[in-house]
Amino acid sequence: MENLETLATEAKAAIAAAEEGKVLEQLRVDYLGKKGQLTALLKGLGQLSPEERPAAGAQINVVKQELTGLINERKQALESAAVEQKLAAETIDVSLPGRAMTPGGLHPITRTIERMEDFFAAIGFEVVEGPEIEDDHHNFTALNIPEHHPARAMHDTFYIDEKTVLRTHTSPVQVRVMESEKPPLRVICPGRVYRCDSDLTHSPMFHQVEGLLIDEHSSFGDLKGLIEDFLRVFFEREDLAVRFRPSFFPFTEPSAEVDIQCVNCGGDGCRVCSQTGWLEILGCGMVNPKVFEMCGIDPEKYSGFAFGMGVERLAMLRYGINDLRLNFDNDLRFLEQFI
Amino acid sequence: MIISEQWLREWVNPSLDTSALAHQITMAGLEVDAVEPVAGAFNGVVVAEIVGAEQHPDADKLRVCQVNTGSETVQIVCGAPNARVGLKAPLATVGAVLPGDFKIKKAKLRGVESFGMLCAEQELELSDASDGLMELPADAPVGSDLREYLQLNDSTIEIGLTPNRADCLSIAGIAREVGVLNDLAVTAPAFEPVASAHDEVREVSLDAPARCPRYVGRVLRGVDATRPSPLWLQEKLRRCGLRSIDPVVDVTNYVLLEMGQPMHAFDNDKLSGGIVAREAQSGESLELLDGQTIELRTDSLVIADQNGPVALAGIMGGQPTAVSASTTNLFLEAAFFSPIELAGQARSYGLHTDSSHRFERGVDIAGQRAAIERATRLLVDIVGGEAGPMIEVENADHLPSWSDVEVRAERIRRLLGFDMPADEVERILSKLGLGVTAIDGGWRCSVPSWRFDIAIEADLIEELARIHGYDNLPVTHIQGALVMPSQPEGRLNIRTLRRQLAANGYQEAITFSFVDPKLQQLFDPELEPIALANPISADLAVMRTSLIPGLVAAVAHNTKRQQPRVRLFETGQHFLPGFKPSDTPDKMLAMAITGPRTQESWTGSAQPVDFFDLKGDLQSLMALTGRAQDFRFEAARRTGLHPGQCARIYCLDRAVGYIGALHPDEQRKMGLSAPVYVAEVNLSLISNTRVPEFVELSKFPEVRRDLAIVIDKAITSHDILENVRASAGPYLTSLRLFDVYEGKGIDPKQKSLALGLTFRDQSRTLSDEDVNQAVDQVIDSLEKNYKAGLRN
Repeated sequence: MENLETLATEAKAAIAAAEEGKVLEQLRVDYLGKKGQLTALLKGLGQLSPEERPAAGAQINVVKQELTGLINERKQALESAAVEQKLAAETIDVSLPGRAMTPGGLHPITRTIERMEDFFAAIGFEVVEGPEIEDDHHNFTALNIPEHHPARAMHDTFYIDEKTVLRTHTSPVQVRVMESEKPPLRVICPGRVYRCDSDLTHSPMFHQVEGLLIDEHSSFGDLKGLIEDFLRVFFEREDLAVRFRPSFFPFTEPSAEVDIQCVNCGGDGCRVCSQTGWLEILGCGMVNPKVFEMCGIDPEKYSGFAFGMGVERLAMLRYGINDLRLNFDNDLRFLEQFI
Repeated sequence: MIISEQWLREWVNPSLDTSALAHQITMAGLEVDAVEPVAGAFNGVVVAEIVGAEQHPDADKLRVCQVNTGSETVQIVCGAPNARVGLKAPLATVGAVLPGDFKIKKAKLRGVESFGMLCAEQELELSDASDGLMELPADAPVGSDLREYLQLNDSTIEIGLTPNRADCLSIAGIAREVGVLNDLAVTAPAFEPVASAHDEVREVSLDAPARCPRYVGRVLRGVDATRPSPLWLQEKLRRCGLRSIDPVVDVTNYVLLEMGQPMHAFDNDKLSGGIVAREAQSGESLELLDGQTIELRTDSLVIADQNGPVALAGIMGGQPTAVSASTTNLFLEAAFFSPIELAGQARSYGLHTDSSHRFERGVDIAGQRAAIERATRLLVDIVGGEAGPMIEVENADHLPSWSDVEVRAERIRRLLGFDMPADEVERILSKLGLGVTAIDGGWRCSVPSWRFDIAIEADLIEELARIHGYDNLPVTHIQGALVMPSQPEGRLNIRTLRRQLAANGYQEAITFSFVDPKLQQLFDPELEPIALANPISADLAVMRTSLIPGLVAAVAHNTKRQQPRVRLFETGQHFLPGFKPSDTPDKMLAMAITGPRTQESWTGSAQPVDFFDLKGDLQSLMALTGRAQDFRFEAARRTGLHPGQCARIYCLDRAVGYIGALHPDEQRKMGLSAPVYVAEVNLSLISNTRVPEFVELSKFPEVRRDLAIVIDKAITSHDILENVRASAGPYLTSLRLFDVYEGKGIDPKQKSLALGLTFRDQSRTLSDEDVNQAVDQVIDSLEKNYKAGLRN
């Protein structure tokens, strides 16, 4: 049986050295197949004496078992090595950019208007829009700005003809609402407005958001509360200082100009606030009873307030934009900053 | 309105420093725009007299002066041309500090010692420019500190007044406000009126009483107009932003600043006959004080003598009758011109004066006589002369008169949100000059002659709120019924569209609503755009009929800045000819793309965009409506667009927009190197959406059949697909066009389309016969209608 030992040693070495599945298969056939060497040994058992036969058979079977195990083990090892190799070959640079389309974005003015709409919509204001070419009546007369009133000179109006203008504010939308709907009313009117003025700090076209609230018990206190809330929410500063100054608008009485503590310097004085520490941010007031009368609303029964602000100014303060004209150049290097 | 703080304090002097005073005025509604010191920061400057002046031995332009400082005589080398013996001028002594922290030291100029510096106004920041030493009056006390002598520890306060507050266009008016705010008495300067010393008068008649209901005049004889304006007068004018002209004009300007009443002084000897305030007659002209001659319109009010107009009423006097140094007799005018009647007049002649500014807003109706009294006193004191009797003509029917206004305590509470104590209401209103009478539940108030802005209850409530202080009013929160608003699901929200476009790589642009008429003509030549009567510039002169021109210009702006790939969209109104404000405006959406389809990337070279990129993006928006099948694109032509790459877009049978490639000519004209694709749709017409309706899911399998057909090139894929849908029978659930082929193997006049048809039924598995029959129908129909053959 020295033969068996030699055979086993040779077979083990060959299995361990096999690098391919088909080599292993050949080894299995060579040793364990029907005509294999181990099978031949088993067949040769008949030549042994009956006493020797069981022990020799057992020995051969042990070797057979062992070789079968080794071949399977080796086969599995080769297979998983192959899988590993394939996976390794498929490794990618996951840091490479994805194939997706680069997204665009909204203009900072739109972004700002949408934020403002959301704040007011959350407390029951409806968004209303109107025509940008307006008649004299809605833009001026119904707002208590009769012809030749000095306040018309404040407006630098673009005229189409004597009776038709590019709206100088979004207030005419409020007039249209008051003319067509019954109080209580809560609306805000965003949109483009036009003034015949163009320099570093004035654009002939810009945007406003104006608001109007009318009911039976609204007061200047309500106006103050709403505006203070809005400004603090807009700038996300709970401690933002807000002050109300008397001013003049023909369509409101009393009227106020609202200043906020400079959001650039915190009120210490800087270039943005012309060293005053304050920024003029919006105009507002209690609706003038004459406007109510012109729009068919009973000023005895109802009171209300209106407010209006320039979107460019708010957007520029919010995002730190330092040049008004950038808003209308549509330069991608600017627009892409607001994605 | 610019005022001198010191002058204001002569009238009312609250215990507030300058900045506190400015803040107080601002918070009362008279917005302080600026506070500036009236002179630069300097010290050690005294009034000095030049007692000797000799030529510098080594310098032509320098003089060596002996200067009396009050305590000694020092030698000063000076280059000013007016350095002469006897002149009193400011001297910065050794050790003085001038504006800019400039320290004065002993110096040698061309070898001659100099112990200080004689100063010009500019060097002391008393004016912006000067051409020699500041000349002080002969009676200036030598040795006195210049700051004290000129009272230079003063500030100018610039107030941006709202147009309703004409009553504050004077020292008196602002003093009244400050008095109320601080609960202090206001003291007008006391003076002795000048009694008339002769009885020369000039007849005055009011021929346009609605426009000039009151005119007060006075003749002053024997004045000496060559006398200089006193320093105090010049200084007060300077600090209020006015230049000294001559003593007569300076006095009228002084009264204007002090009392708010514009005045005019004529050379009485150049007037002839009576004075009449009348409308100009056709053909009349007038040479104004500023030198220009204007042709008068007949709607203008003039002051005329018997020879014709001598002043444009309330705006500017005439040159021929102006006061000059040789004037010896004056005719003074103080009139009331109706603000409504004067409105717009100055501007219509391209003028704006201190006088017109006040008259347009309203001067004190009762202030004319007092102004003449004040001016007479000042003139007699300064230029001498004798005054005649006061000439006063008025037409009371046309003088403004104001009804009393009532204010209810309940209304104050409702509007301001708190109960204002009755004594505060009364104090505020009466201090403002109103006559206040308590009535049941409130007060009745008479309006003073200087307040043109108090007519209704709300005006009084504003006065109360203003003086009480807006910041002292309560802060509350709005309350109201919470009613859920309707939110129609069948309308597409514009925000959804914007988000989708952004997700597809588009940047939102905002372009001007007015465009260059030439640009407009490139795209919409058949439309006559709405033109602005007063455009800001020629290239922003007409209202856009389309958003495309502005957007293409924005594309060009970027491609010219090394941004080859541009995708922009804009939403907004367009303005078609004939638009009326009562119409509902159209809201448009425009898109424009150019350059590579994707950003440059390692994943492969990016192909340039084409028509179908833009169309696909547009269709993705249409898909948001849930009714993509309602839209179709029909080949069309449009100016400015490529004739073979342009389509009109329909929603059902309504044209809702167009899409196309920019015409190569236009592309070149706009300096664009790569093709640009544009689209514009009317959002108002595409925003109705389908509210989903559930359809039962089929439990049965679907069957797909592919067909490759060959048809004439001119036949549109849309027609083919419509035909297939119509002929395929009820089981067709989906139809795809998955290939379009022209070229090798196909007749050059033909093209091949590959169609994928999917069939399914809700209630059973379709048999081969069912599907074959449907496909046969399709093939038959295509053959019959489009001569389509199957591709082999």
